Amino acid sequence: MTVTDAAADATPEGVGDPILDLLNGFIVQLRAAGLPVSLTENLDAMQAIRHVPLEDRETFKYALAATLVKHHNHWKAFETVFEVYFSLRGDEYQIGDELVELPEMDDDEQGDQQGSGDQQGGGGENLTPEELAEMLYQSLMRGDQQMMRGVARQAVKRYAGMEPGRPVGGTYYLYRTLRNLDIDGVLERLLEQEQNEDGEAPSDFEQRLARDEYQSRANQLQQEIEAEIRRRLVADRGVEAMAKTLRKPLPEDVDFMHASREEMASLRKAIWPLTRKLAARLQRKRRHGRKGPLDFRRTVRASLSYGGVPAEPKFRNPRPHKPEIFVIADISGSVAAFARFTLHLVYAISGQFSKVRAFVFIDGLDEVTHMFEGVEDINEAVHRVNTEADVVWVDGHSDYGHALGVFWEKYGNEIGPRTSIMILGDARNNYHASESWIIKAMNEKARAVHWLNPEPQSYWDTGDSIVGEYAQHCDGTFEVRNLRQLEAFVDNLA
Amino acid sequence: MSHRFSDVAALKDELAGVDYLSDEGIAGVVYLADRLQKPILVEGPAGTGKTQLAKSVSEITGARLIRLQCYEGLDEAKALYEWNYKKQLLRIQAEGGSDEDWTDLSDDIFSDEFLLTRPLLEAIRAEEPVVLLIDEVDRVEVETEALLLEILSDYQVSIPELGTIEAKQIPLVFLTSNNTRELSEALKRRCLYLHVDYPDMEREKEIVLTKVPDITENLADQVARVVRSIRQIELKKHPSVSETLDWAKTLVLLGVEKIDEQTAASTINILLKYQSDINKALKELATADGVTP
Repeated sequence: MTVTDAAADATPEGVGDPILDLLNGFIVQLRAAGLPVSLTENLDAMQAIRHVPLEDRETFKYALAATLVKHHNHWKAFETVFEVYFSLRGDEYQIGDELVELPEMDDDEQGDQQGSGDQQGGGGENLTPEELAEMLYQSLMRGDQQMMRGVARQAVKRYAGMEPGRPVGGTYYLYRTLRNLDIDGVLERLLEQEQNEDGEAPSDFEQRLARDEYQSRANQLQQEIEAEIRRRLVADRGVEAMAKTLRKPLPEDVDFMHASREEMASLRKAIWPLTRKLAARLQRKRRHGRKGPLDFRRTVRASLSYGGVPAEPKFRNPRPHKPEIFVIADISGSVAAFARFTLHLVYAISGQFSKVRAFVFIDGLDEVTHMFEGVEDINEAVHRVNTEADVVWVDGHSDYGHALGVFWEKYGNEIGPRTSIMILGDARNNYHASESWIIKAMNEKARAVHWLNPEPQSYWDTGDSIVGEYAQHCDGTFEVRNLRQLEAFVDNLA
Repeated sequence: MSHRFSDVAALKDELAGVDYLSDEGIAGVVYLADRLQKPILVEGPAGTGKTQLAKSVSEITGARLIRLQCYEGLDEAKALYEWNYKKQLLRIQAEGGSDEDWTDLSDDIFSDEFLLTRPLLEAIRAEEPVVLLIDEVDRVEVETEALLLEILSDYQVSIPELGTIEAKQIPLVFLTSNNTRELSEALKRRCLYLHVDYPDMEREKEIVLTKVPDITENLADQVARVVRSIRQIELKKHPSVSETLDWAKTLVLLGVEKIDEQTAASTINILLKYQSDINKALKELATADGVTP
């Protein structure tokens, strides 16, 4: 289908200009959030929404997702933009009516489910905190979604203390609401209840299952609360402003040094499939790489069947030279996360290298290779490195000069012409001596020395950072702030 | 042209009729694929029913399923078409004595009779409705992906000697990928994208109930709950739906009515296939407090 066709088709069948404008605005927001949406995909989306009922929000969302989002990692970003952008456009999402309607709805539910029919319309406004807590308890016990939504709306209205125009983010309101609801307390009560019903004490295993069940309901409630807060914020500040505040970097773009706890968790999840992909790609590259040098003997042998004409040249099997890797990582506070991910990645693809050795330092230096050997769970090994390695010499502040000195003294002799050395760190040396001659000496013996710096390039050589001084003796200095850059670097290395 | 499905809800019911329990997303995308005449790229962890989706759709539409299993080294001759050169050789030799014109002969040997159709061409040339399943497309090399592009966007195959063969009917195309590598943008752009994840607890319970005969509702519920708890733990490989089903069948065979710690410990090797995962899961499940959310 060509561009003109699509444009011509899109209008006549009832889908007027407003929808197109709306969709265009939505796609602008998606692109701003970092999703690569091409023109064809844009046209597909316009085609797609002609075929789904617009009033069915879920189907509409999936129609857009199927045409616009082609990476699973981007789903979360898409969902956020969708919820913000279309939050005020659905029927039941009208915020104006809500103030009148909602209390009634809550009241209905209360009447139905608790049998306390004495409250009349509008009584929801007068719910006491105890009644709200009881509703919360009931909704979690039953896992009733409708009721949860009611609780979420009430709770946000009552506890979040939202004021128009107040420049605070949604997390602040969320925190206030959750603190007042005391969900953990309710969970404890539910679990106790469970035990009483049975009569006998449940095993740890049963308790665990019950807890997971209630926890998942509680998470659902929290999502409802977040949605409610987001809805009110959008009503207050407008779509564009909210989409901007809620915009989060995609997992592969999250900065190692400033990742929040949640982002760390998503990074940890992302790294496993990433290493698997990388390993598969490297293996493939190796297998399909160049052929080896001409095998004279076999060529002559093959030529006999062509009457001595060497029509079919034979080559030796390529001897892939697998590099030997030394990783020397700074694991002091500021760059610890970066070192952790790099070690994880390097070890996950260690099959691509003939040997991997790992050293960690702060102001002292320790070899940690043995912690990775024979361990199936790399995560655990990385954890051990952080807790067990002996890396503090004097005061536990980074001292690159001394750490490199120790390395050179103890392991310098083991560097050979096939060794690639990766040094990870921000080179913030706390004004100690740099000892950069060691890097120079290393580079003379080794195949290559690379320096990976998790700081943005513009911060290099500011303050106590002396990366420039080391860089002049390295084969390359790389800014590696996120998974994308790390992957690209390792890909080139192997 | 007529559409295969009237609306999303009906499609969902029909799929349920052949024991495939879909959700809004899955049914919605299949429905759209039919309306927009676009292929679907189905991605997701192993064992979540990606291939089964294509099979089930072919079953409810009564269409023939043509399957192309991808592997490393797959080429044109295996995926699209090939000239039957042995037959061509025989043809030339049979004419050996006579002085037939070479142009006639070459026209003759590059005709339909000497063409061996492979799955992709077969799907295009079929008269009756077909569902084309291109399985594990992530296994072919990036260069081979290009083979698929023409057929995916225009539903046609160009053969230099014969010209362009256009589809007699538009097949419904499913591509599945286990995501072992990133597929090219060109391929993704031509497809609708569907990510099939592990089902939530309710749906998994339904799946267990439909697929495992003789299971009690109570046991199915417990199975789904335990599997959900296991999936929350950080593991190398999470249990897939098919493994859940295997586990449920085992429990039924063993005559288990209520899963307790011993039963779980002795049968967990059906769900998890790495020793480190098994140890970790057993340790985790025995602690009442659970992981911090």
